[in-house]
Amino acid sequence: MMKDLIAKLKKHYKLTEPDYRRADLTFVTAQKDELRSLLIALRDIEGFTHLVLLTAVDWLEEGLFQLTYMLNNRAANRTLALRVMIPRANAVGDTIHDLWPTAETYQRELREMFGIDFPGSPRVNDEFILEGWTDMPPYRRDFDSLAYSLQTYRERPGRVTHDPREHMKKALYPDQKPEAAK
Amino acid sequence: MKHFDPTFKKDTEKEFPLREEMRPRTVETPDGQTIEIEPLKDYFCEAPPKVHPKAYSKIVEDFYNWARAESLWILGFGTGCGAIEMRPLMTPRFDAYRWGIQWRPTPRQSNLLMISGYLSIKTLKRAIRAYEQMQQPKYVVGLGSCTINGGMYWDSYNTIKRLDDYLPVDMYIAGCMPRPEALLAGFVALKKIIKAGKAEGANLYAENFAQYKANQKAVIKDWDMPDYSW
Repeated sequence: MMKDLIAKLKKHYKLTEPDYRRADLTFVTAQKDELRSLLIALRDIEGFTHLVLLTAVDWLEEGLFQLTYMLNNRAANRTLALRVMIPRANAVGDTIHDLWPTAETYQRELREMFGIDFPGSPRVNDEFILEGWTDMPPYRRDFDSLAYSLQTYRERPGRVTHDPREHMKKALYPDQKPEAAK
Repeated sequence: MKHFDPTFKKDTEKEFPLREEMRPRTVETPDGQTIEIEPLKDYFCEAPPKVHPKAYSKIVEDFYNWARAESLWILGFGTGCGAIEMRPLMTPRFDAYRWGIQWRPTPRQSNLLMISGYLSIKTLKRAIRAYEQMQQPKYVVGLGSCTINGGMYWDSYNTIKRLDDYLPVDMYIAGCMPRPEALLAGFVALKKIIKAGKAEGANLYAENFAQYKANQKAVIKDWDMPDYSW
């Protein structure tokens, strides 16, 4: 069923080779300028009425953000995920809050956590989870959580880390000499 | 501070702009008057906390401390997973009410604040407000390794590592999470401290008020509340 659908869509839209993860789950990459008409076609004609999630993946080395729109056809129990690649610098996505109202919340989250703007989406510049955040969006891969934490929050001295294997060896067999390094 | 990659150096100069509705401004009222409003100025919360004076004689103070220790009323402010560990304490299996411990819905009625797990910056702000609204004498107990040294949130960008930088902690109960038995042992230990007159956290907070506020404001960037709310 999914193969027929992809073949049908490929007549009208530029899609890459689909990735059939499971019988009921397919990933396919679409073009950014065709996304909106593709989503409307899937929703109104093909029966993919439910937006399961909208999320992003940071492809730092390629300089891209991947937006994933996961749609579900409840009657046929099929899920189709559309991937759209957008440039990472000054990332701007197309808002789809008028197609699915829930997308508004996802877009606010992406704006705050990845810094992807969705012009026209309601309240997109409001704070979503973080309060008073001044650094770069924390889900970007070039944000170092540990470095930020070390600079912001004071540590209590005395925290140690043990290699579990060596620690248990010492605890269980205290007489045994440690293995010589190879 | 431990070593970290200097490419991730934080821009500490950046400040969070005050939200528009919090800025002082001139407003025209419906009946035509022009008034100045300053939303952050709270006329009831201007005085800093004071040190709670001891009773005039030792025997009276000891009696007070005994009474305080025997009625620990907990503010039901649940953060993190420890809030779940406290539920069995209320029920007949562990029954903390035997020790005079009970849970209260508002800060005004309680004298023990349990920080039951990790605190994100957003929650820390609410916890500080809740603590300051409690009446003296008041005590703070930190549960679990998250409040002691960050626990499993040691590298989190939005979670504090040491609770005692921001609130005066009288007692830590270690564990991840501590079981209800550990909590009961902790309560008994806290009672001993209170009866000995050594649970002086609230007075410590009043004495080092400037330092505590500086620590709190260093991490809470959008400070939009009075400095002390009571």
